[in-house]
Amino acid sequence: MSPPVAPPGWSRWLVPPAALSVHLSIGQAYAWSVFKPPLESALGLSGTQSALPFQLGIVMLGLSAAFGGTLVERHGPRWAMTVALVCFSSGFLLSALGAAVEQYWLIVLGYGFVGGIGLGIGYISPVSTLIKWFPDRPGMATGIAIMGFGGGALIASPWSAQMLKSFGSDNSGIALAFLVHGLTYAVFMLLGVLLVRVPRPRQRADGRSAPLEGVQVSARSALRTPQFWLLWIVLCMNVTAGIGILEKAAPMITDFFADTSTPVSATAAAGFVALLSAANMAGRIGWSSTSDLIGRKNIYRVYLGVGALMYTLIALFGDSSKPLFVLCALVVLSFYGGGFATAPAYLKDLFGTYQVGAIHGRLLTAWSLAGVLGPLIVNWIADHQEEAGRHGSALYDTSFHIMIGLLVVGFAANELVRPVHARHHEPATTVPAPKEGNDVIRQQPESA
Amino acid sequence: MSSDSSQSPPEPAQGPGRRPLVAFTWLWVGAPLAYGLYELVRKATQLFTG
Repeated sequence: MSPPVAPPGWSRWLVPPAALSVHLSIGQAYAWSVFKPPLESALGLSGTQSALPFQLGIVMLGLSAAFGGTLVERHGPRWAMTVALVCFSSGFLLSALGAAVEQYWLIVLGYGFVGGIGLGIGYISPVSTLIKWFPDRPGMATGIAIMGFGGGALIASPWSAQMLKSFGSDNSGIALAFLVHGLTYAVFMLLGVLLVRVPRPRQRADGRSAPLEGVQVSARSALRTPQFWLLWIVLCMNVTAGIGILEKAAPMITDFFADTSTPVSATAAAGFVALLSAANMAGRIGWSSTSDLIGRKNIYRVYLGVGALMYTLIALFGDSSKPLFVLCALVVLSFYGGGFATAPAYLKDLFGTYQVGAIHGRLLTAWSLAGVLGPLIVNWIADHQEEAGRHGSALYDTSFHIMIGLLVVGFAANELVRPVHARHHEPATTVPAPKEGNDVIRQQPESA
Repeated sequence: MSSDSSQSPPEPAQGPGRRPLVAFTWLWVGAPLAYGLYELVRKATQLFTG
């Protein structure tokens, strides 16, 4: 499939909705927990078993983004969005079948394995296209799409819960809910498939497409540069610090103020979790857009440096002031979201647009590690402190000090990032701009 | 660092015919997002009222 090239007069503001239609859909993954209790009661599963489809989905997200990135670059965004649509929707349809016939392995295979491939390919599908359409504001453009991944759970969580309430929480109700999810997301994502276009290549005097200008590094070469691995450390440290709070937010705020005159109720803790989700989303678009103004290195200095300061304030004064605790946690979570959303633009600055989607896919393996590391640190330490007879904010003091240390490591890694050495650059002749496909209107040299 | 002058972007002239399409596509993604945000705000207020 040739990348679909924009016809004359095509608005670049059609590309973010195309990206959002995919990211808002695949972001549903973070609302999987809605299906857990009904699955456990309908199919007699344990909590660990009912988490399997989500966990496998996230593993497949990392793997398919890392290994499928080159294919996405080769075949273009429409191919990638089509693969994402087919995999993500088929995952739900297989799960519907699994629930209907009470075969849980089909749900794990469908949602986790097949759907997970859709997550990974869908996540990276619009990145390089957005950067090419918005070379003046790459942070804002990718921030919009990656904000959608956070927004997907906000939509799916109440929607799925309402659906289960209407259809019932037995296996046939769950099957029907999966079926409706699969079909609805297929229609919703179709907009992205139909709408996405790559910018048309500039023509040289001889009428052929001009190669990309500036620094261009292939995905294979990028892995051999220290810059890639420094950014990998930066992302891993930033995500670990954020996910440490996000994953344990409700028990954390309850524990922090358990011994005070204003303890936090379960309802208020749920409100805190929702507020963190809002900060996460706002950070994705807000901080990423800010990076277009102050530069990528500077914005990561803020994420990591101010993030460490926020953790320090929580560790020192968090249990004496609820507003301070909430404010610091919100700032940390906004940096967590911002770190995700700014990464593609940072990669574009360092490696060019040639294979930025594929490089981004490989960078996301840092997310996979951080997703394990952050919760592990916070939960393991809290459990041990509890066994030692501690309570309240003391359960988290050590974790917070570790998070501060990790953020300082990330800060140092960011400071070491320099422009990529010329020996890694691709020769101009090997980085052609996209070819025009047969399915598009032929370009007029003077148009638009 | 890099610039990508070999592709056409910044703001191609957008014919008036595209505006309804732009509006429709933003509404397509904006409406469900607004619903999600509404539900989020409802939950988040529980921090102060719960």
